[in-house]
Amino acid sequence: MAKSIDVSDLDIYYGDFLAVESVNMTIPARSVTALIGPSGCGKSTFLRSLNRMHEAIPGARVDGKIIVDGQSLYDPGVDPVEVRRMVGMVFQRPNPFPTMSIYENVLAGLRLNNKKLKKSAADQVVEKSLKGANLWNEVKDRLGKPGMGLSGGQQQRLCIARAIAVEPQVLLMDEPCSALDPISTSAIEDLIHELKSEYTIVIVTHNMQQAARVSEDTAFFNIAGTGKPGKLIEMNPTKKIFSVPDEPATEAYISGRFG
Amino acid sequence: MTTTPAAPPAARPKRRQGDRIFAGLSRGAGLFILVALAGVFVFLAIEGIPGLTQPSSFYAPQASTFIGYVTPLLFGTILAAVIAVIIAAPLSFGIALVISHYAPRSIAVPAAYVVDLLAAVPSVVFGLWGINVLARKVAPGYEWLYEHLGFIPFFAGPPSTTGRTILTAGIVLAIMILPIITAISREIFAQTPRLHQEAALALGATRWEMVRLTVFPYAKSGMVSAVMLGLGRALGETMAVAMVLSAGGGITFNLISSSNPASIASNIANNYKEGTPGKVAVLIATGLVLFLVTFLVNFAARWLVGRSERRMAR
Repeated sequence: MAKSIDVSDLDIYYGDFLAVESVNMTIPARSVTALIGPSGCGKSTFLRSLNRMHEAIPGARVDGKIIVDGQSLYDPGVDPVEVRRMVGMVFQRPNPFPTMSIYENVLAGLRLNNKKLKKSAADQVVEKSLKGANLWNEVKDRLGKPGMGLSGGQQQRLCIARAIAVEPQVLLMDEPCSALDPISTSAIEDLIHELKSEYTIVIVTHNMQQAARVSEDTAFFNIAGTGKPGKLIEMNPTKKIFSVPDEPATEAYISGRFG
Repeated sequence: MTTTPAAPPAARPKRRQGDRIFAGLSRGAGLFILVALAGVFVFLAIEGIPGLTQPSSFYAPQASTFIGYVTPLLFGTILAAVIAVIIAAPLSFGIALVISHYAPRSIAVPAAYVVDLLAAVPSVVFGLWGINVLARKVAPGYEWLYEHLGFIPFFAGPPSTTGRTILTAGIVLAIMILPIITAISREIFAQTPRLHQEAALALGATRWEMVRLTVFPYAKSGMVSAVMLGLGRALGETMAVAMVLSAGGGITFNLISSSNPASIASNIANNYKEGTPGKVAVLIATGLVLFLVTFLVNFAARWLVGRSERRMAR
């Protein structure tokens, strides 16, 4: 079910402000692609345009094409709601629904898609998704408890379980570990390794070691200065980016000589 | 043997001037509310308790005891207020939601402003409008309801020809409590964490599903508070009801006839001027009943909200 993503000539705006300019890239299926770059370079904005979350902000819009499995996401006839069901997302800070139990949190997306779900089928989905998110053993005895009662790392894995419960084709992760401690981070990274056999994963990260650890390909975004649009500088296999990048700017950023 | 110097007094963290003043001010404000509330209660009790046991002529013509006197009024008060809340609450939530989540900013801001302006209209004006415009317009509607839905007890009729019924009073009250419910729920809807809303959207929720999944659960206790404030205002509202409602005396759920009781507050307003001391005591006693009922309603609401919050807490 994993699909590759083709992005061509993508410009992303907030109102009149051009935030990201002419991105062209192909994100391969069943692999992890990391987006790195300095703050404000537009990597999160780009990520959010992949499931049309970008336009949830008033005035935000996109020019250009994003094609997932032959389907152009920004065609006039395409419903953004359908896109988001196909392209799941995990956010920077864990955000389980505060009024719902662990069980209900996992099912939240499914309940939207398919109102009537037999109890046995629902149980199966919950178990499968929580196992998929490496959380099952920790929570199986307290599925009825509120999701907010878990630790930060567990909450984030709950959010991943919630995202994969609807069986999306692509999973977007916006700095999923930035609010977590190293142990939880390592648990999430292990999980990303397992998930890539089934999903196309795009992850934004500020942590270059993390990009090197989890991804097959890395895309480096940069910004010429405040008020200028962010640009894709280079996209290459992660090994190459972190050893012999094509662009001097990439090398400068990776080696810490930012400029 | 050397003398040890006296142990210094236990060091206390230095309290700054600003903190002390602010703490004093806020404590004072909190106490002031309690004192005012207690003062109102004491006044009502001292002045009103003699009203509980006046000679039966003071409760005439409809009753001979205080209970018999106050029961229809209490019923009228609650009925009018409940009608108002039933009409106003869904409408207010809808308006608040449009302003906070649906309308573009260029429409939402003026709309919010207009709704707030409604709160500035004096209740006498609402009363005049109720008598002169609304009551006349709805009277034919009541005829229609009687003819077509007369089998429902609410519309059993005979319909009032003037339109000055408890339902009309309820509609006027609804418009009066609309701004406060709208303003409070709007504020709370707008405070729903963006993170939760985006979580719902990213799962493929439509806008309405997002509202149901994140905004309402987050805002629930605030919505109850908003309704309670509206209900409190409707229970105590005087002029509009006194002007609009042409009161009969019976306890009935028949909303479109002219046989409904007045509300406590409007009854006080209508009778206070010509009252003898005994009659005034009776009226103040009804005020005491209203005070207690309002208090109980608020308490019940707090308890309900608190219960649902406790259930979700670990």
